[in-house]
Amino acid sequence: MIRLEDITRRYGDETAVDSLSLEIAEGEVCVLIGPSGCGKTTTLRMINRLIEPTSGHIFVDDRDILSLPAEELRRGLGYVIQSIGLFPHLTVAGNICVVPRLLGWEKSRMVDRVDELLKLVGLDPNAYRDKYPRQLSGGEAQRVGVARALAADPPVLLMDEPFGAVDPLNRERLQSEFARIQRELKKTVIFVTHDIDEAIRLADKIAIMRDGKLQQFDTPEEVLNHPANKFVHDFVGADRALKRLVRVRVEDVMRSPATVLDGADLLTLQVGAGRRRFAYVVEPDGRLIGWVDTLGLDEGSVPEAALTRVVPADASVRPDDSLRDALSRMLGLGFRSIAVTDRNDVLLGEVTFAAVEDAMTEGDEHISNLPPEGAA
Amino acid sequence: MSSRRRINLELVALAAAAFAWLVSAQGFWESLLRAIFPAQPMVLMPRDTLAAFVAQHLALVGVSSAVTIVIGIPLGIFVTRRRGAEFRSLVIAATDLGQTFPPIAVLALAMPVLGFGFWPTVMALSIYGLFPVVGSAIAGIEAVPRAVLDAAEGMGMSPSQRLLRVELPLAARVIVSGVRTSVAINIGTATVGAAIGTGGLGVPIIGGLAVQNMAYVLEGAIPAAMLAVLADAVLGQIEAAVTVADSAATT
Repeated sequence: MIRLEDITRRYGDETAVDSLSLEIAEGEVCVLIGPSGCGKTTTLRMINRLIEPTSGHIFVDDRDILSLPAEELRRGLGYVIQSIGLFPHLTVAGNICVVPRLLGWEKSRMVDRVDELLKLVGLDPNAYRDKYPRQLSGGEAQRVGVARALAADPPVLLMDEPFGAVDPLNRERLQSEFARIQRELKKTVIFVTHDIDEAIRLADKIAIMRDGKLQQFDTPEEVLNHPANKFVHDFVGADRALKRLVRVRVEDVMRSPATVLDGADLLTLQVGAGRRRFAYVVEPDGRLIGWVDTLGLDEGSVPEAALTRVVPADASVRPDDSLRDALSRMLGLGFRSIAVTDRNDVLLGEVTFAAVEDAMTEGDEHISNLPPEGAA
Repeated sequence: MSSRRRINLELVALAAAAFAWLVSAQGFWESLLRAIFPAQPMVLMPRDTLAAFVAQHLALVGVSSAVTIVIGIPLGIFVTRRRGAEFRSLVIAATDLGQTFPPIAVLALAMPVLGFGFWPTVMALSIYGLFPVVGSAIAGIEAVPRAVLDAAEGMGMSPSQRLLRVELPLAARVIVSGVRTSVAINIGTATVGAAIGTGGLGVPIIGGLAVQNMAYVLEGAIPAAMLAVLADAVLGQIEAAVTVADSAATT
């Protein structure tokens, strides 16, 4: 879908990007990452010709981008920058319609598209379409920025540190929403960031750069498990095991839990729990109520007394949460396992500490005899 | 439009109507000035009615301000383009210099070329009023955030689309405030045009100074001052109208 062939960009004696070659497949999220000045933003900006390469070729859909007029090329590539890039004199709707207007869309089509996109990024169209950027919070503005880039349904999205100016809490929320939108739309995305956690979370492929040179171009798992050199190893950081958890979703490791219905008698409870110490207690419709500790229950015990009632939202995770979320929830609550529920609090399964441990150590090989720096 | 803006607009319209009525009420001025200067045999300049002086003054200011705007804004835009960047400091220096000249000196220089009367004065006033307009056009355009321009370019706007859809709307408030300053200067400075026979409110002022009749001076000065305040209010309305929801003024 996008192919960079031996791209070099020089500024006088400085080489910002040094004979870089990358190939990004359709529907893939490629994150360009590295310390500041590594050439990642320069690389992104060469794809929509905000910067011209000194030498080399860039192909989008097998067409050399230099063969297209720059403006036409750019209208086909969604472009997201930090929220300050919204047009302050246009409403949310006006901002979203910039490219459709350049393309000469009908008014009614634009109106429909605005509502559709606002819903997609999780904003209520009626509340937001007539607002001005200054009336939005950082997170809302960023959503509008994403909606604006998607307006004309471009196959490619170029995102330049889009969540960089958002506070950490909102950034995580935006990241997971972006991941959701991407699962739905399957765009080809080039995403620049300096945040390794963000890269691991969102990327199908990570391109790690340093001083204009590509250090490693691989899946997040490979980058974590087999860093190509010491620079990548150090850049990824010491907590590689924890980072790996970000890549695993709860639904991939959850198992079916021991479950009993509310109000069950002792025998049913003991049978339901089997050899496990805890059994989850649910309503007939499957909604989680709490759990019961079978330890110490014997003839004459009242099951109700052993029941711990919980607010499901506080004591469970969702199937599309990451294992890191699950782990942090478990540690926070002091549990050895945690329930998985859906949006309606219906119990779907459970994740155990042992499953997290397995995921953490999987593929963890000894990192010795690393190749010297620079060798990719 | 907010109700407050509408009320302001109505007030300005009312003030303009009151001004028009006042300057055409020759008798009112006669009795006013006679009350202030009872010893003066003549209190109104006989050469023309006050309404005629005001009309001449408005023509002078109107034409020269129009010339200033038509030249000044494009000039400001030009030097903020890549092509014109090398002229930026030259243009700023030149318009700056134009303003340091006393208007009467510009008139003296213009006279041999353009002769007496209306056009030399228009030329002098236009040059004189150029700096605030050019300066504000440059300042307004250059104040557009870099990220906004980057987004505009990255989304595929051509240079002219960027100018018309992004830069000028965002710079409009600053540009209009420059025009406002320029017109205010212009209304005051236009009185010197009377020295080379242009007419306007400078005629009773300069004539009054020559024959030492302070009543004549006031006949020119009071309406000129009122005109300056009124023009400022009108342009203030325009400034409010072009101020976009998000600008330095509202955040």
